[in-house]
Amino acid sequence: MFLRICHLYPDLMNIYGDRGNVIALQKRSQWRGIETEVIQATVGRSYDFRQFDIVFFGGAQDKEQKLVCADLQSASQELQTRQGDSLRMAVEDGAVVLGICGGYQLLGEYFRTGEGEVLPGLGIFDAYTVAGNRRMIGDVVVESPFFPGAPQKTLVGFENHSGQTFLRNGLQPIGRAVIGNGNNGQDRFEGAVYKNAFGSYLHGSLLPKNPWFADLLIERALERKYGDKVELASLEDDLEILAHDSASKRAATRPRLAT
Amino acid sequence: MRLLLAVWMGKLYMHLARAFHMGGGTSFPGILARKIEPATLRKLSLRLKQGAVMVTGTNGKTTTNKMLNNILKQVGISPIYNLSGANLPGGVTTAFLDHATLMGRPKSDLALLEIDEAAMPRVAADVVPRVVIVTNFFRDQLDRYGELDHTVALIRSALATLPASSTVLLNADDPLVSSLGKDLAAQVIYFGLEDARQEAGEKFQTADAKFCTNCGAEYSYSAVYYGHLGKYRCPRCGNARPDPQIYASSIEIEGMQRSRIHVVTPQKQFSLTLNLPALYNVYNALAAVGAALSLGIEVEAIRKGIESVSSAFGRMEKISIEGKEVVMALVKNPTGFNEVLHTLLSDKQPKKLMILINDNPADGEDVSWLWDVDFEMLAEPGIVESTVVSGIRAGDMAVRLKYAGADVGRLRIDGDFKSAFRSALAGVNPGETLYVLPTYTAMLDLRKFIHKMGYVKNFWEE
Repeated sequence: MFLRICHLYPDLMNIYGDRGNVIALQKRSQWRGIETEVIQATVGRSYDFRQFDIVFFGGAQDKEQKLVCADLQSASQELQTRQGDSLRMAVEDGAVVLGICGGYQLLGEYFRTGEGEVLPGLGIFDAYTVAGNRRMIGDVVVESPFFPGAPQKTLVGFENHSGQTFLRNGLQPIGRAVIGNGNNGQDRFEGAVYKNAFGSYLHGSLLPKNPWFADLLIERALERKYGDKVELASLEDDLEILAHDSASKRAATRPRLAT
Repeated sequence: MRLLLAVWMGKLYMHLARAFHMGGGTSFPGILARKIEPATLRKLSLRLKQGAVMVTGTNGKTTTNKMLNNILKQVGISPIYNLSGANLPGGVTTAFLDHATLMGRPKSDLALLEIDEAAMPRVAADVVPRVVIVTNFFRDQLDRYGELDHTVALIRSALATLPASSTVLLNADDPLVSSLGKDLAAQVIYFGLEDARQEAGEKFQTADAKFCTNCGAEYSYSAVYYGHLGKYRCPRCGNARPDPQIYASSIEIEGMQRSRIHVVTPQKQFSLTLNLPALYNVYNALAAVGAALSLGIEVEAIRKGIESVSSAFGRMEKISIEGKEVVMALVKNPTGFNEVLHTLLSDKQPKKLMILINDNPADGEDVSWLWDVDFEMLAEPGIVESTVVSGIRAGDMAVRLKYAGADVGRLRIDGDFKSAFRSALAGVNPGETLYVLPTYTAMLDLRKFIHKMGYVKNFWEE
């Protein structure tokens, strides 16, 4: 078996160590004998994203996010459509997508910045983001229904964002933030899910210490590609679980300043 | 009168803290004094006869300051000097209190201050510096500062307030730093490297400073030294690296031990031996040379002062324990960690390592940055003999090493740093070296522990 992974804008959207997610997808595939190829997609080129099995879209600083936003709105010559439409068609086609922080925001409908500028998103998620006046920074623990068979049912990570994302029309979140803010600090939701596209605010990196999430993405990608129900071979995850549990414990015990 | 009360209370707390081992007391006395008299720092600093030197930027603050301190020693000046990361307003005020008489007069003429980037505007509002050094900007503890662009803007706002009598020393090779040189009333001097042999083969990965600070186009680099430091030019607007007035024209790096550099300044050229490894210390030395020249110090004293520095607090220091050598190097961000690893691996000898990762506020609460460090270089066979991982986030570190391809069988994980250190030390034979790479608070803890074992001085005694 073989997976083609696309790392979207690794040169621009790579702060906060988000590349760990791509490393985790690669390693956890390879350890099971699934070959991988990682393509680094960058500004100014056109891609047919349907050809990828998994697309990863990380976070960035504001300046870089604007450049990426402009690129996604630009025309893709190959497809005679916008770059962003190519990614949306891939999601409709069942491709697995993971967007973190800035990448997550751009998968929604728009991001209204603190200066009132509106950055158009791809509209993959029926969600929108508005800049808030406080930055939400800290550990996050999320309870999620997506991992019924995993040793832990939670996701742990670290958020650092001022954008507040709101889901509309019953769009499903990844879970509920039991510690930390999640999407907006108000409704306790964290992340968004549409078909096989996932968005989340969690850095950490997210996938290495939440290996059940990495495996879910690999599983969904293989099922789309090969048609059958996939049962992934189990891996020795002692270290990952140790990292997950110590992050989770740290989140629960860290003294917090009142904000 | 309020100033005197502030000085007395601050000094009283400082003495109590030391007498009863309540910790170094490196910040709280200043915080207390500022509560009593908010203008404590401003009033004390106005009484300095020779003014203040400030060093800020992501990496190299402490080492650069230590070099300057040793240079000043050569000319008989013992400056007010804030130590060991006590670089927020409270820590700076504490340093002034420590060096003040009971009548509220500074005991020395000059202050040598390491200033946290985010605190620059607040400190510069109190103390108008005679010289400011900006070393470099890398992503560091993002959870504390928000974003790098914001940090640069904070420093810019502080520099904009300086009068024409101040001198600002900027790293020419860092586009974010050199961009600060525009439109300042203060005199601007650039420092940088001019040795083609030090150019890195591969291009940098991180996007700390990819885009022109002027027009937003992507820079093209004709040379990269490390990270985003190099010779850059914007193809669209022509914004380019300024020619440095102070530069190293030749750099010979001799492993972990030392470098020999030839320094060119507008006044004179000279060679010096830097008893510190790695390219980043060459930048620190150039910054120290520039600041010392601005203070009117002679080249010979500068050379001697810099050559006498072996290592700044925790930034690559050696401790002997029962015939075994412990080399400790602080790690706090991806670029610094990569440089330490490159330096460590440069002699190709198999190494025994201990890595300690904490996530306290002074370390950065977000450990995501570990994924931006190229630990993959440790996976090469024969490079690492054993690794002990410890600290509050030992689990995260262990996972990072596993996904970098490290031999998990040779990895020992122990969240308790004391027993981890004992067992790491036990795994080293006499005559061999244990390389310890801690984050900031892990380093403080470990130093305290080694001190209790009787091997290093407490840092406030240095």
